[in-house]
Amino acid sequence: MYRFEVRIGHAGFRVGSPWRRPIDTLRRLYAGYPTPEEGIATLTARIAPPKPWRRWLRPQAAIAGDHCLPDMVPMALRHALLALEMAMNMQVALGERRYLLIHAAAVERGGKALILPGESGSGKSTLAALLGEAGWRVLADEFVLIDLATLCVLPFPRPISLKNDAIAEMQACVADESRFGPVLTGTPKGALRHLRPQADAIARMNESAMPALILFPAFGFPSDSAGVSRSELFARLTEGSTNYIALGQRAFEAMLRIVDTIPAARFAYPDSAAGLAIVEQFCIEIGL
Amino acid sequence: MKHALPLAHALADPISALSLGPGQWTELLAIARAERLDGSLAYRLADLPIPGPAAQALDGARAQAEFDRTRLLWEVEMARRALNAVDIAPILLKGSAFAFAGLPAAVGRSAGDLDILIAHDRLDAAEAALLDAGFEWATSDSYDQSYYRRWMHELPPLIHKDRGTMIDVHHSIVPLTARRTPDAGALIAASIDIAPGLAILSPADMIVHAACHLLADGDLSGGLRNLWDIDRLLRLFAAAPNFWRTLSERAALHHMREPVARALRLAERLFATPVELRLAGHDRMVDSLYSRRLLARDGWGRPTRPLSRLAFYARSHWIRMPPTMLARHLWTKARRKRMSLSRY
Repeated sequence: MYRFEVRIGHAGFRVGSPWRRPIDTLRRLYAGYPTPEEGIATLTARIAPPKPWRRWLRPQAAIAGDHCLPDMVPMALRHALLALEMAMNMQVALGERRYLLIHAAAVERGGKALILPGESGSGKSTLAALLGEAGWRVLADEFVLIDLATLCVLPFPRPISLKNDAIAEMQACVADESRFGPVLTGTPKGALRHLRPQADAIARMNESAMPALILFPAFGFPSDSAGVSRSELFARLTEGSTNYIALGQRAFEAMLRIVDTIPAARFAYPDSAAGLAIVEQFCIEIGL
Repeated sequence: MKHALPLAHALADPISALSLGPGQWTELLAIARAERLDGSLAYRLADLPIPGPAAQALDGARAQAEFDRTRLLWEVEMARRALNAVDIAPILLKGSAFAFAGLPAAVGRSAGDLDILIAHDRLDAAEAALLDAGFEWATSDSYDQSYYRRWMHELPPLIHKDRGTMIDVHHSIVPLTARRTPDAGALIAASIDIAPGLAILSPADMIVHAACHLLADGDLSGGLRNLWDIDRLLRLFAAAPNFWRTLSERAALHHMREPVARALRLAERLFATPVELRLAGHDRMVDSLYSRRLLARDGWGRPTRPLSRLAFYARSHWIRMPPTMLARHLWTKARRKRMSLSRY
C-alpha cells in the first residue's frame, strides 16, 4: 500500500493506494501542504481494486475508506486521482461531526468571508478560482465548514476541481503550471483538472473568517440579481448539508443565526467577467 | 496493525491506548470505524489524556452515537404507538433494549435498525399495524418474501416511508430451519416490562440472545461489536445473586449451552471479561479460529483472512438450514443473480 498524509484545515488525512502512480500525482498536487497535526491522521481515504484481478487486468479503482457509501461505481485507473479526491470528500461529507457542512465554495477578503453555495454547474468553483487570483483568499471549493458557536468559516482549502471550459479559462490566468494537476478526460463529469490554491491560502489554513455575504450564482444566463428570503436560504443551506440533521439542535440554532444575520442574494451571469463584476458590486454595497 | 487486537485491548483496558504512537492512532481509528465500535471507544477513552487530533475524532464519534441513540429511542416510541394500538407490547431486542433500559452496552453503541420480538400468533396483527403506520417492505421480491415468511424467525424487513428507518419484527431468535431451537415462548414469558407497553428480555435471556446472534445466526461479521455487548452486559449482570446459575439453566432450556459457553470464553479471551469457569468450560482448539475471524481487520480497516471469512460464511448457511434446503436456496439465489446480470 502506497500512502500519503496531508493536513487540510482541521482535517488530517491518510490516503492509500495499491498503485504507486496515483499517490505520486496526489503528492505533486498537494505540494506545500502541511502534514497532520501531531502526526496523527484521523481520516483514512483509499482506493482499491473492486476485484483482486482488477489490480492488473483492465485496472479499476473503487472508492473506500473509514466512511463509505455502498454501491459506488468503480473508476478506470487513469481516473484514480478523481477516485482519491472523491474518497477524501466522502470522509468529510459522511464523517464530519464537529463543524456544520455547507455545500459551497468560499473566499475571504479583509477577514470577511463570501460564501457561494450552489449545485454543480452553477459556476461556484470557477468563480472561487477566479476570485482566488484576484485578491481574495480561497477558503473552500466543495465544503464550507461552519463553527457552530461562532459561525466562523474554517478554511478547507482543497485544490479546486475545474470542469470542461473552466480549465482553459483558468490556464489563461494562472501562470504557474505546477499548480495544476493532470487533465482527466472522459470522467463522469467530463474533462476535469485540479488547481491548487495560491500559497497564501495554504499557509493561512488555520485562519478562519466571519461570513459576511452569501451569493447563489447561476452561470449561463443574462445578468440579473434578486434577494433570497430567510426561509429559502434556510431551506437551501440545510438541503445542501450532509451533517445538518446529525448535528441536531446545535446545527438548527446555528443555521437560524446564519439566516438572521448574513445577507443573501442570487445572481445570474453570462460569463466570468460579468460574474466577477456582479460579485464586486454586491461587496461594495455591504462594505466588503 | 495486522489485526484488530489493539482495538479489543483499547476497549477492555483504555490505559493501553496511552502508549500508541501517531501512526497507530490512525490505524486504531480506521479499525474502530470499520467494526462500528468508534462510538464505544470514544466513551471508553473519554477522560484520558490522549493526543488532541485523536480526541477530536472521538468527539465526532460521540456526537454520532448520541444522534443514533436519540433516533433509535424515537423509533421505539413510534413502534410502541403503532403496536400498542392493536394490543401488542413489543419486546425490545439488542441496541434498542440496551438504550431504553440504560444498560452499559448502549454507551456509544452505533445503532441502525430497530429489532423487536413479538408472539408468533400476533405476527399478522403487528404486520398490518406497522404497514398502517407508514412502513413499507424493503424487498418486493416474491422469493425473498416467501422465504422469510416460511423459514425465517422474522418478517421481511420493513422501512418507514418518511423516516427511512428499518424495523425487524422477530418471533424467534434463530431461523425456524436452524439446528438449534430456542424456546421463543419462554423468552416472551420471562420478559420484563420496562415501561407501559414495552418490555425487554430477562438478563439471562439477553445473554443467550447475544450469544445466539454472535455464534448461531451469521458469519461473524460485526462480531467484535456483538462480543463487546456481551462483555458489557456480563460485567453488569454478574453482580446479581444466582446470575450464573440462571444463565446456565436458560442456556440449557434454549438448547444454546455450547454457543453461550463459547461466547463467554471468547469474551474472556478478547476483553478479559470475568466469567464463571464452570459455565464457560475450558479453552478449545477451535476457539482460536473464532477469535482469528473476529479480529480479521488490518490497520487500513480492510477485511483480512479471506479463507477464514469464507469458512465462517459457509458455516453460517450450514447451521441455518438442512443440506437439501440449502442447495435449493443457493440454486435460486444463483439463478436470480444470473438473470439480473443478463439484463445488463
